[in-house]
Amino acid sequence: MRFLPTGDLALSVELGDDISVDVNTRVRALEFLIEQKALPGVVETVPTYRALQVYYDPRVVGYEALCRALTPLVEQAAATAMPPAREVELPCCYGGELGPDLEAAAARLELPIDELVRLHVEAEYLVYFIGFTPGLPYMTGAPARLTIPRLDTPRVKVPAGSVAIGGIQCCVYSVESPGGFWLLGRTPLRLYDPGGAEPILLRPGDRVRFRRVERPEFDDIGARVAAGTFRPVIR
Amino acid sequence: MIRVLDPGPQTTVQDGGRRGQLRYGIPPSGPVDARSFTLANRLVGNPDDAAGLEFTLVGPRLRAEAPCTMAVTGAEAPITINDAPAAAWTTLSLHAGDVLKIGAVQAGVRGYVAIAGGVDVPPVLGSRATYLRGRLGGLEGRALRRDDRLRVGAGGTVRGRTVPAGVIPNWRAEPVLRVVLGPQADRFTDAGLAAFLGGVYEVLPQSDRMGARLSGPRIAHARGHDIISDGIALGAVQVPGDGQPIVLLVDRQSTGGYTKIATVCSFDIPRIGQAKPGQRVRFAAVDVAEAQRLTRAAAADIENVELQEIAS
Repeated sequence: MRFLPTGDLALSVELGDDISVDVNTRVRALEFLIEQKALPGVVETVPTYRALQVYYDPRVVGYEALCRALTPLVEQAAATAMPPAREVELPCCYGGELGPDLEAAAARLELPIDELVRLHVEAEYLVYFIGFTPGLPYMTGAPARLTIPRLDTPRVKVPAGSVAIGGIQCCVYSVESPGGFWLLGRTPLRLYDPGGAEPILLRPGDRVRFRRVERPEFDDIGARVAAGTFRPVIR
Repeated sequence: MIRVLDPGPQTTVQDGGRRGQLRYGIPPSGPVDARSFTLANRLVGNPDDAAGLEFTLVGPRLRAEAPCTMAVTGAEAPITINDAPAAAWTTLSLHAGDVLKIGAVQAGVRGYVAIAGGVDVPPVLGSRATYLRGRLGGLEGRALRRDDRLRVGAGGTVRGRTVPAGVIPNWRAEPVLRVVLGPQADRFTDAGLAAFLGGVYEVLPQSDRMGARLSGPRIAHARGHDIISDGIALGAVQVPGDGQPIVLLVDRQSTGGYTKIATVCSFDIPRIGQAKPGQRVRFAAVDVAEAQRLTRAAAADIENVELQEIAS
């Protein structure tokens, strides 16, 4: 564990050197503890794989003093029980124009297409954190059979809602953006909806499952999302 | 009510910024030059973080549909009211029908227009700030357009005041940006660090509210330019594989996987945000204790600015 200054308004607490559920769980537990204790001067926190960034007001608390206040919380974080995770279901239509890399990914992984989809749908994914673009979840959870190098040439534009894999990770692009992951399919849900009452669908620590839908259902859900009448399945 | 006769190339509604949303990937937004923004609000009797306008390179032309009080600060640009010259960094009283015009900037990049009572757009996630890439906040999540009408909140009566000359920044000077090294300074070679701290970097035209892109002596990595993605602070100096630094600003991505050699201190963010394409900047390292001493001093300085009364 180490503290690193990230300028005069923030610091980073690094809790490990790898991408693992264990390290990330401690990162989120530390964030939870900081919120519970309402540490003076802390403004907001940003969890990532293995580090928690803590924004603070140096007029209230200085770097050294905040590191001292955080140290016991880092120790507690290893044994802290957090509120139960939410389970969020994302409908996903695989292949075709919505998942243009499905066939190539299956070939690369030497799997029948249906087997690739089955493995992707049966897995449960953990949202390590949200970042890069609004609402974009960084997730793992797929079986090792689905580990795949990133695309040699990233796409300049990936449509919002694209469900994609790269390395051991799975992500859902939340806005149209560049991307280097293999696009397996698309969800009709909006992970980022700037006009919505709750603009962000997923939160750090959520459990995500994909439900395979065919094109008619994809279109139907999409229409209901656009009309504001679709309620995502969240348990 | 204010009517937008001409918005200029990019004018947005901004307030003090959005808090608590970085963990959802939504940046704070708000003014790039928070110091000038704050002083504009003071001049019209608003709270420091009241919603106003930020313009870029060329100012807007605005018509007051009702009597109102405004102030223009930030980048240096010619200002007129009904074609008669008007002062920057000074309270301006407009009658119904008066037209405020702000021309092309002569120094600096971003200017601020405060309006007594603040621009009344609905807060989104706790803020009126516009996040353009995310189409969030401000006026329908976008920059102002011709014929937009801006509602204005209730403002009190304000006496005319002006910002003392010594408090107005000189945007023509070559800024030295104070940085705290890290979080990944150890991922660069000694020569790379020396280049960063000793070199002169030029601001590139691709710079925007997300980040200032710079060009100068190559900052060499010791072992690769990728890290496990982590949080990106305001002012983070990200160095991708090409060794050219990017200083991340108020509309930055919340997380990223490139090495960050240092972080520009908050009190120097206005300096980099106001550096025009082609302008040169340098970096100087301070330790975090010294940086925070300077942060507190800068906050006290702005708190203690005594606006001078003017005849009205």
